Amino acid sequence: MKVLAFYPDRCVGCHICEEVCSQTWFKVTDRDKSRIRIQEHDDGSISALYCVQKGDCIDVCPVNALTRNKQGVVLLREKQCVGCLSCVGFCPYLAMIYHPDQSQPFKCVACGNCVDECPAGALEIVEVETPSAPGPQA
Amino acid sequence: MAEKTLSPRRVLAELTYDAPSIKRGYAGQTLYVNLSDNTIAARPVTNLMKEKFIGGRGFDLYLLWHGVDDDTRWDDPENEIVISSGPCGGTTQYPGAGKSIAAAISPLTGVPIDSNAGGHFGPYLKFAGWDAIEVQGKAEQEVIVFVDAPAGRITIEEVPADAPTDTHVLGKWILEHYAESESDRQQMSFVSAGRGSEHSRMGCLNFSLYDRRRQDLRYKQAGRGGIGTVLRDKKVKALVVRTFPIAGNLNAPADLGLLQETGAEMHQEVHDYDPVQNRMRSRGTPYLVQIMDDYDLLPVHNFKFGTHPDTPKINGEVWEARLTQGLPDGCWYGCTVACAHAVDGYVVRSGPYKGQAVIVDGPEYETVAGVGSNCGIFEPDAILEINFYCDTYGIDTISFGTAMAFAMECYEAGILDEAKTGGLELTFGSADDAIEVLHQMARGDEFGRIFGMGIRGMQDYFVEHYGADAQFVRDIGMQAKGLEYSEYMTKESLAQQGGYGLTNKGPQHDEAWLIFMDMVNNELPTFEDKAEALHYFPMWRTWFGLCGFCKLPWNDVVHPKNKLSPEPQKIMHHVENYQKIYEGVTGTAVTLDDIITMSERVYNFQRVFNIRLGYGLRQHDAIPYRSAGPVTAEEYESRAERYDDQLREWLGLDPAQMSLEEKMAAHRQYRTERYQKLIDAVYARRGWSNDGVPTLEKLRQLGMDLPEVVAVVEKHL
Ligand code: SF4
Ligand code: SF4
Ligand code: SF4
Repeated sequence: MKVLAFYPDRCVGCHICEEVCSQTWFKVTDRDKSRIRIQEHDDGSISALYCVQKGDCIDVCPVNALTRNKQGVVLLREKQCVGCLSCVGFCPYLAMIYHPDQSQPFKCVACGNCVDECPAGALEIVEVETPSAPGPQA
Repeated sequence: MAEKTLSPRRVLAELTYDAPSIKRGYAGQTLYVNLSDNTIAARPVTNLMKEKFIGGRGFDLYLLWHGVDDDTRWDDPENEIVISSGPCGGTTQYPGAGKSIAAAISPLTGVPIDSNAGGHFGPYLKFAGWDAIEVQGKAEQEVIVFVDAPAGRITIEEVPADAPTDTHVLGKWILEHYAESESDRQQMSFVSAGRGSEHSRMGCLNFSLYDRRRQDLRYKQAGRGGIGTVLRDKKVKALVVRTFPIAGNLNAPADLGLLQETGAEMHQEVHDYDPVQNRMRSRGTPYLVQIMDDYDLLPVHNFKFGTHPDTPKINGEVWEARLTQGLPDGCWYGCTVACAHAVDGYVVRSGPYKGQAVIVDGPEYETVAGVGSNCGIFEPDAILEINFYCDTYGIDTISFGTAMAFAMECYEAGILDEAKTGGLELTFGSADDAIEVLHQMARGDEFGRIFGMGIRGMQDYFVEHYGADAQFVRDIGMQAKGLEYSEYMTKESLAQQGGYGLTNKGPQHDEAWLIFMDMVNNELPTFEDKAEALHYFPMWRTWFGLCGFCKLPWNDVVHPKNKLSPEPQKIMHHVENYQKIYEGVTGTAVTLDDIITMSERVYNFQRVFNIRLGYGLRQHDAIPYRSAGPVTAEEYESRAERYDDQLREWLGLDPAQMSLEEKMAAHRQYRTERYQKLIDAVYARRGWSNDGVPTLEKLRQLGMDLPEVVAVVEKHL
């Protein structure tokens, strides 16, 4: 399946990916509307939160709003979604994101836009059989 | 619109309307339907209603009060069925925020009953523009009331004579005739009963939900108090609503972000802790069966005993294997506690639907304990069979189970025999004969007619016609105020005796569930402690019904940090969540004190409503002795050691010097007096007179000294 991979050792913490993502999907530059979140920790380390297409959310959705496409990407059909956020609470990686401007949550769909704009080459779209946690994919 | 013309739909009355936009949880109007004169009218939601009655059960009682007279009986046309969900009902972000609360004057009790259910009806009704529906009058012929929001139309429609009544077939019929597309099915919900409701006083209401996973209808029940009986008495087949496409903001909350934050955190808590706590997501409420048995609290053989060696045959593990796993079984969108499980593909073994493969909704704990252990039935398939038929016939599984246990004890005591039951051998454990009684109730014949009167009706009947000992049937008949007990043993918990006896509607555990606090953890040692708990918990729990919340996500999964809080029983971190949800929806912040006051207003109003109808006084808070102590020698002996110890400890008596009769009499006197002392303490705490009447001072303090309320109370003070 197609997933986003993240290499923390390369990331320079510029947050450009977040801006690109929110621009792509919400036409605004707003970190809170990005489907990827770069997290800088007190110890100087960096990690990222985003969806790796694991799909645990698919089973908890009461209305079949979450489906997996041919490429293995988990998609949220906004018209079906009743905004219950079950998927948010049941995502092991906290990768399903919500914002008060809309009732439906949103997630990374591995479109690759942020990959192209990352100045440090810290992001990549890769093909994997079974995804591991957000980060480099084995 | 989805205008189906498959069968003639004769419209008797019509009202066109534009659905208003919802504001902060309120549509701002209620729907009044009178079936006697075919009136359909919109009525405004006043500020007084919102301030003092909030919604849900509060709106139900307010509207019912103003619809009926002092002498209205359940089968008078003036009686009403009112259904409302409350301002928070329809919230999808937080688990358990879509309950509907129904009320009517009960055929069993003669006073208002309130009963809540999952399913989609209440929230859909609100999204369709109505905070409540109030159905009064009686139709001449079978009708459906159809609230069709997308078409902007409400109709009372005569239904053809061949339309089914039993819910699981009626549901298919409704979809066939009223829904054209998959989206119609998703946007529709209805309330119905069944043929059993027509011939018994324990009729339940089924609230439908279209399960998008199963692509089929499911039903949740407002079981208690016979509202289904009232529905069928009014010749209503179903109340149907079709609303707009469902989304997460239809309730138009004041602060969606607050709901999202609170809900997401709670879902995560459920995700993390449910698997290591009650496992509601895989077993649902039947997880309790084994725990109750372990603590000697599971009702067995008409509440005689609290444990049985066969309990493992019907405990949570067994149901986990039978219930369909892996589906998000919430009774409303977003309930990740998801206890509303089902057995799919159950093949019916008796009666008119024999051989059909059906979905059985449940069983829930109350059903397993009521029609299972309490009747000595430890066979999962028999429990499913009864569960299925109770639902489709529109019969409350709790009343059925408790009443059947009573009938079985009467049979074993010789009050009933095969001649009187028409050949049924109603000993404990006779599953097939119990099932046959259900079919008789649906047909309205044979013993089913007598049984359908409920325990209070049977008690009178057995005394009058079969010469039964009045005292004995009073002692063992587990009803109070006319309502059958729900399924917890209270003999060893005085607080829970009050939790059942000192309710407004009759013995249902949704007001107070104090057995563990009182008996297992001994946290309520004094009368004052018990009275405080019998004030706080019923008020806290009443609030759920005002707002449209389910109680289970409050206490059936908890964060481990709760243990460290000063009063873990109150589960304050969840109380805080509910405060946030209420504020997020309505825009008004509430303290816990505010919450208790909101509930007290409605609770005292309901108490006065009972008084207005000729009940609601101290004498009506009496409980059967079976719920307070051992009625029979067999019961005493089953716990002889405990009871003997208590004689020594409580009364300074020496059981070795006493006959069994003397020992039982000493217990009876002590336990009976103790309950009276509890009543004194609880009335004082609640601000009621010694006769159980809310005082003027209390009503004033609550701002509930409404003229109509004061007029009732003044006659009794
Ligand atoms: S928020 Fe939407 S996608 Fe997520 S579980 Fe609920 S309905 Fe499904
Ligand atoms: S891959 Fe696309 S959706 Fe995912 S974080 Fe990058 S820009 Fe957003
Ligand atoms: S906990 Fe159970 S009863 Fe309560 S809302 Fe959730 S599914 Fe319904």
